[in-house]
Amino acid sequence: MKLLKLVPDNTNIRFLRWRLPFYVISLLLMVASITLVATRGLNLGVDFVGGQMIRVTFVNSAEAPVAQLREEVGRLGYGEPTIQQFGKPNEISIRMHLPEGGEKDASLADAMSKRIVADIKSKHPDARLDGVDSVSGKVSGELFKTGMQALIAAMVAISIYIWIRFEWQFGIGALFALTHDVTLTLGMFALTQLEFDLNIVAAVLTLIGYSLNDTIVVYDRIRENLRKYRRMPLPELLDLSVNETLSRTIVTSSSVLITLLALLLLGPNVIFGFTAAITLGIFVGTYSSIYMSAPILIWLKVNPSSFVPTESAVDKQERLARERG
Amino acid sequence: MLDFPRWKQAWLWFITLACALAALPSIFSVAGLPWPSALPNPKINLGLDLAGGSHLLLEASTDQVRRQRLDSMEEEVRNRLRQAEPQIQIGDISTRDGSVSFMLQDPAQIDAAREQLQTLTQGAGMTGQRDWDLQVLDGNRIVLTPTEAGLKLAVTQAMETATEVVRKRIDALGTREPTIIRQGDDRIVVQVPGLKDPAALKDLLGQTAKLEFKLVDTTANPAELAQGIAPPGAEIVYYADPAKDGAQPIAVRRLGGIKGDQLSNAQAGNNQQNNQPVVNITFDQQGGAKFAKLTTENVNRPFAIILDGKVLSAPNINEPIIGGTAQISGSFTAETANQLAIALRSGALPVDLKVVEERTVGPDLGADSIEKGMIAFGVGTLVLMAFMLFTYGRFGVYTCTALILNTLMILGIMAVIGTTLTLPGIAGFVLTIGAAVDANVLINERIREERARGRKVVQAVEFGYSEARSAIFDGNITNVIAATLMFLIGSGPVKGFAVVLMIGIATSVFTAVTLTRMWVAGWLRRARPTELVL
Repeated sequence: MKLLKLVPDNTNIRFLRWRLPFYVISLLLMVASITLVATRGLNLGVDFVGGQMIRVTFVNSAEAPVAQLREEVGRLGYGEPTIQQFGKPNEISIRMHLPEGGEKDASLADAMSKRIVADIKSKHPDARLDGVDSVSGKVSGELFKTGMQALIAAMVAISIYIWIRFEWQFGIGALFALTHDVTLTLGMFALTQLEFDLNIVAAVLTLIGYSLNDTIVVYDRIRENLRKYRRMPLPELLDLSVNETLSRTIVTSSSVLITLLALLLLGPNVIFGFTAAITLGIFVGTYSSIYMSAPILIWLKVNPSSFVPTESAVDKQERLARERG
Repeated sequence: MLDFPRWKQAWLWFITLACALAALPSIFSVAGLPWPSALPNPKINLGLDLAGGSHLLLEASTDQVRRQRLDSMEEEVRNRLRQAEPQIQIGDISTRDGSVSFMLQDPAQIDAAREQLQTLTQGAGMTGQRDWDLQVLDGNRIVLTPTEAGLKLAVTQAMETATEVVRKRIDALGTREPTIIRQGDDRIVVQVPGLKDPAALKDLLGQTAKLEFKLVDTTANPAELAQGIAPPGAEIVYYADPAKDGAQPIAVRRLGGIKGDQLSNAQAGNNQQNNQPVVNITFDQQGGAKFAKLTTENVNRPFAIILDGKVLSAPNINEPIIGGTAQISGSFTAETANQLAIALRSGALPVDLKVVEERTVGPDLGADSIEKGMIAFGVGTLVLMAFMLFTYGRFGVYTCTALILNTLMILGIMAVIGTTLTLPGIAGFVLTIGAAVDANVLINERIREERARGRKVVQAVEFGYSEARSAIFDGNITNVIAATLMFLIGSGPVKGFAVVLMIGIATSVFTAVTLTRMWVAGWLRRARPTELVL
């Protein structure tokens, strides 16, 4: 049987030749992302700003009366609601943030959702309530704080781990690649204005783990090659390492993408944003482990003497084989 | 490296099958098949977002606890000093600025007063601190200030009672398997699966159900009342239903009323004259005696029935009520009357609870999520397995077998340790499956590489496993770090995701590395291949 090969054997693509332009592009993208987040802002969900979101299905209608609902809910005096379709045309979510100055009132979010639900039920008998999320100002503040803490703690903890397992240059490289991934993902959320809630923080944490996994595979090979080819110039050695692991990178990314696409296309609509964030992160993460975390080692001046030249199991076997034969 | 003695093989198979078999009851249950009742039956709990249900975070107001303690201290001080022998006269009592402060008419009684008041305070906490600080100012003014330790103790006690009351009320609704847990200093988490109408639950929990009977102050001037000015010793209360009873508030005496917390029963019923819904209450012995005394002493005067600070009705006391029963009328519907009866039976909440966070998922949306999640999982896994078979041939078969066992093991372990599967958990599951093949990909690619370098088959396989190991190890540790932090940030569904991720990391390393190595070793020994199709 002839097996499928996504990447031919012994590729020798000189990835690192383009490191400068790619770095410039990536840095520009990061700046653009930060600017976008600063100016346009993230479309924060009720988890993080407080308010309520309900999901309603109009069981006897082909399509939800969005315009009518917008007016009816708007008249309740809490402000303009955000009404979005999810899944079928008769399934919608109605989101309403806490009004200005409503952060202090602990029961306002609950009161809002109660009032909106009662209003819709009285005017639309076929409305089926599928979900309610209401979060008060205080709780949303806590969720935002712990969410951000977890993100930063994860990035720092992982970088420290890499530093311990490898060298400080690798730790910095990993931290930089992670910052790159997270920034670009946030930028994407600011651009598309997809809702950013607690689930998205979990998604970002997942992609941090995934992107790092990718980076580690490349780093692991770089370390091995640094011990093996002690005289090879660093750019060449990095290229070699990336090429040697290229097939694995492509196969694994494809595997994860297969499952994610299934989830994105066939999975529950409720977690669409979550899956989309991870899918996007897979691309960004794969790119960053090749173009962000590897080249930075050149500038941070990694050299073979960073590693004590110990003899690995493979080296030993090779030496014995040489001696024998 | 490729050496697997029989005992080791047996042991590995035992672990694998034990974990995988534990998944069967859950799979049977989803497929709608009967599970033999003689066998153990560990099952995966479905989270509220899949099973449908409500998650409520209730918060108590510590300010209210503070306020209530001041008020009750004021009343206790008055009673105690009045009953003292000889009586201690006081004046200018106030509860402003967060402490109870008053003057003694006769400064000579300061020591006697101090002695009386000492008995009103008690120890709080481990440090020997008391719950109130007693200070004497200018020789004749006494100031009682609540200490932080005392307040903390009071909040803790209030929360303990509140949790009990919440439990009783939810049980009265007849819901199955509610979870009620105290969280932090002033919060309670309530999780009720499969609820039809969370609004009724919220109304019930939002009702403090503090029932009071207070005498109406008939001397009040209606014009002053409208401006919010109450006669001395009285307070202003509004009607619960201004549309029916009028927006004009009434004045009631602050002291001398009784609380409706000494009840032995409360039932919803109908008034026999006008057939309006009412709540019939029965006092316990002590409460009945107090109520009899109040009504006997105040015949032909109106008294107000006040629920949570709002007047339900203010009837005239026509004759003494000594039977220990009373009827509460107000603007009830059959539903609200029943709700009030439940609330009164379970006792009043010692402090108001507010819903500060709610997550409710309807049963239809939950069922839809399960179905779509399973379809996505099935399709994703099948396509992935085909991809692996086409890419790695024989080694792909090992990868796929490992994948199936991995899935079963995750489910089995989740069932045994009783974790909850949430919607993000399903996503975590799907993702785990995608990432689990990474270990096999690393190994297989490495074997390919070693073969290309001209190594013999056995050697190439051996190197493949040993050299891929450090990358697999480091990669999984970073994922564990990310998952742990997700677990710690803690909102329910995200926690579910993190748990699946962590279990998945452990089982995928086991199946993808250890098990496949055992199979490959067995094949190498049996077939002694000189060529690898990889």
